[in-house]
Amino acid sequence: MEKTHRARRGAPLAALAAGLLIALPALAQEQFIGLPSYRVGPYAAGGSGIYGGWIDYMTLINERDGGINGVKLTWEECETEYNNARGVECYERLKGKGPTGNTTFQPLSTGITYSVLEKVAQDKIPMVTIGYGRTDAADGRVFPWVFPMISTYWSQASGMVKFIGGKVGGLEQLKGKKIVYLYHDSAFGKEGIPLMEQSAQKYGFTLKQIPVAHPGNEQQAQWLQIRQEKPDYVILWGWGVMNPTALRAAARSGYPRDRIVGGWWSGSEEDTIPAGDAAKGYISANLSGVGTGFPVIQEVQKHVYARNKGNMEDKNRVGSVYYNRGIVHGILTVEAIRTAQQKFGAGKPMTGEQVRWGFEHLNLDADHLARLGATGLLPELKVSCADHEGAGKVKFQQWDGSKWLPLTDWIEADRAQVRGLIEASAGAYAKEKGVTPRDCSKEP
Amino acid sequence: MQFFFEVLIGGLLSGVLYALVALGFVLIYKASGVFNFAQGAMVFFAALSFVGFQEVLQRWGLPAAPAFWLAFVLTLGAMVVLGILTERIVLRPLVNQPPITLFMATIGLTYLVEGIAQGIWGANVRGLDLGIADEPVEWVMESAGLLVSRFDVFAAAMAGALVLSLALFFQYTRTGRALRAVADDHQAALSIGIPLQRIWAIVWAVAGFVALVAGLIWGARNGVQFALTYTALKALPVLILGGFTSVPGAIVGGLIVGASEKLAEVYIGPMVGGGIESWFPYVLALAFLLLRPEGLFGEKHIDRV
Repeated sequence: MEKTHRARRGAPLAALAAGLLIALPALAQEQFIGLPSYRVGPYAAGGSGIYGGWIDYMTLINERDGGINGVKLTWEECETEYNNARGVECYERLKGKGPTGNTTFQPLSTGITYSVLEKVAQDKIPMVTIGYGRTDAADGRVFPWVFPMISTYWSQASGMVKFIGGKVGGLEQLKGKKIVYLYHDSAFGKEGIPLMEQSAQKYGFTLKQIPVAHPGNEQQAQWLQIRQEKPDYVILWGWGVMNPTALRAAARSGYPRDRIVGGWWSGSEEDTIPAGDAAKGYISANLSGVGTGFPVIQEVQKHVYARNKGNMEDKNRVGSVYYNRGIVHGILTVEAIRTAQQKFGAGKPMTGEQVRWGFEHLNLDADHLARLGATGLLPELKVSCADHEGAGKVKFQQWDGSKWLPLTDWIEADRAQVRGLIEASAGAYAKEKGVTPRDCSKEP
Repeated sequence: MQFFFEVLIGGLLSGVLYALVALGFVLIYKASGVFNFAQGAMVFFAALSFVGFQEVLQRWGLPAAPAFWLAFVLTLGAMVVLGILTERIVLRPLVNQPPITLFMATIGLTYLVEGIAQGIWGANVRGLDLGIADEPVEWVMESAGLLVSRFDVFAAAMAGALVLSLALFFQYTRTGRALRAVADDHQAALSIGIPLQRIWAIVWAVAGFVALVAGLIWGARNGVQFALTYTALKALPVLILGGFTSVPGAIVGGLIVGASEKLAEVYIGPMVGGGIESWFPYVLALAFLLLRPEGLFGEKHIDRV
């Protein structure tokens, strides 16, 4: 009787153990990605677009390909509301999840980036900062765990100078011209200044810097100053409500919108739609292509939205600037995992350390991008131990009153100039923090 | 000199818009002694609800003009409901509690209102067109060479009319007098038969209406987005200058803040690196506090010893 009882008691335990044994291999075939997203709060529109695109791309990989070499992607969102303290909390909450811990941390916030800069190195989780964060982190010798891929702020500024140079008939024609740098009065807004000052000296144009206090919902004073200065071009380095306010104020003061060149955080539908007709003709930089014309976006519509598995509440936002940037986040993350698997074992979930290696060896040439259906969506990219930027290119687009239209192909920054600034700044950081830069010739 | 006047006029027009937001604070403070931290969130809620209703009505095939006015009425209704619910759920249980308790409750209310607004209508940034072109007034441009925005003049006129009608309402109507009585002393007002809760509900509903007008104007200016909640920040120095209990004080305070911040940004800003517009009004207000703690038109607080 006792034996039977014991056997009865043991049966559920045995079943549980058997279940675990069956479940374990299934668990092991998952790659976990923690998403510190923001879907409420001041910047929810940007957060929902980028994280929505990124999630849709991961769904595509799971639905169409069955994962990366059979390893399914899993993810969990953690709401940061773009708040530093919450971002750190999310980092801690997500880092131990999944069979190999969090694969990569991409907070879409410069503040959160700074807050976890040293933690990611300790926890061996690569941090990817596409179009934000520390520019000098592009020096992978000093910042092995940070990847400001595609383009940094200095590459953007350099691209803008080149673009304006092209508009006036060549860089040498910039001599004697006047450019206003209208910026959000914050670390983000000031980020472009070193390169702009250096370029002003190099090409002989006059640079007038005009700050706008946060949040930037009043710019009458600034635009009256601009009206007095009569610049040839205005660079708009804004964020959030500052952008539509600038465009409205420009229209009010009669400044032509096609002489305003915005950065990539000033160049989304969320920046132009609120400005109404005042935004027509406005030009901005972008680090990804816009529209639904890319095969990869059509694949998402076919395999994700047609099966009602899309993440975007408003399907009309598929193909928008932020959405496509989210797809780019997805592509880079997936391709880094794939690259890591090629070295450390196909069909296995990768650790953060292995994925870091994958990011550092990403090589997306024209053929690779064509295979992904992403030609033109992002530039060709080759990351290395020393160069975590990988491309240094921007595109320019123009608002036609209802949508963004591509204006140029990829324009490469003056990479020698940008690299010089990056190395000087990273070197100063290394000295201050006592970091010994890696010797890239000895890296695997 | 022409440039100086351009900056000054632009500043004064912006100041009227600040006064409009400050008015919402004044109304509630006058009637209940509560500093309503959620006023900025109410502006956001109102504007977002308005464009949300407008979108839904137009999707149902209603032409633009009727959709606009119906959305206005529906939003006004939503603001009245929000005001009544706030009174019932948040304020009524806290009657006779210290002012700081009521203030803290309105901080909580801020997050709730922001969350509800984004929860219902989504987080997308939207445009809002009131049909008034934001371009220079031609005859001012031609005759004086001054750049004055037509939209700003319209907005200032709207805000001015609202302030005037509210001042008259407070001064000359029975409900207005009851509001003032409640503001002076809750218990004394109750003892002579003024229904405190009804008065509070009316005040919150009127503050909701003011938030709707402010939301429409600011939303048309900069887009309907979360940043509308920041308009409250512009109202604080206005309140310090004008006094928390004075409707005319809000308008005068607004004009002073608007003009001084723009002039300071243009003429002092370049000397200190610029971007002083956000904090200069606070410095001005603090300096003013030293001279006149109750504000320009605030009621002097006298204690009998």
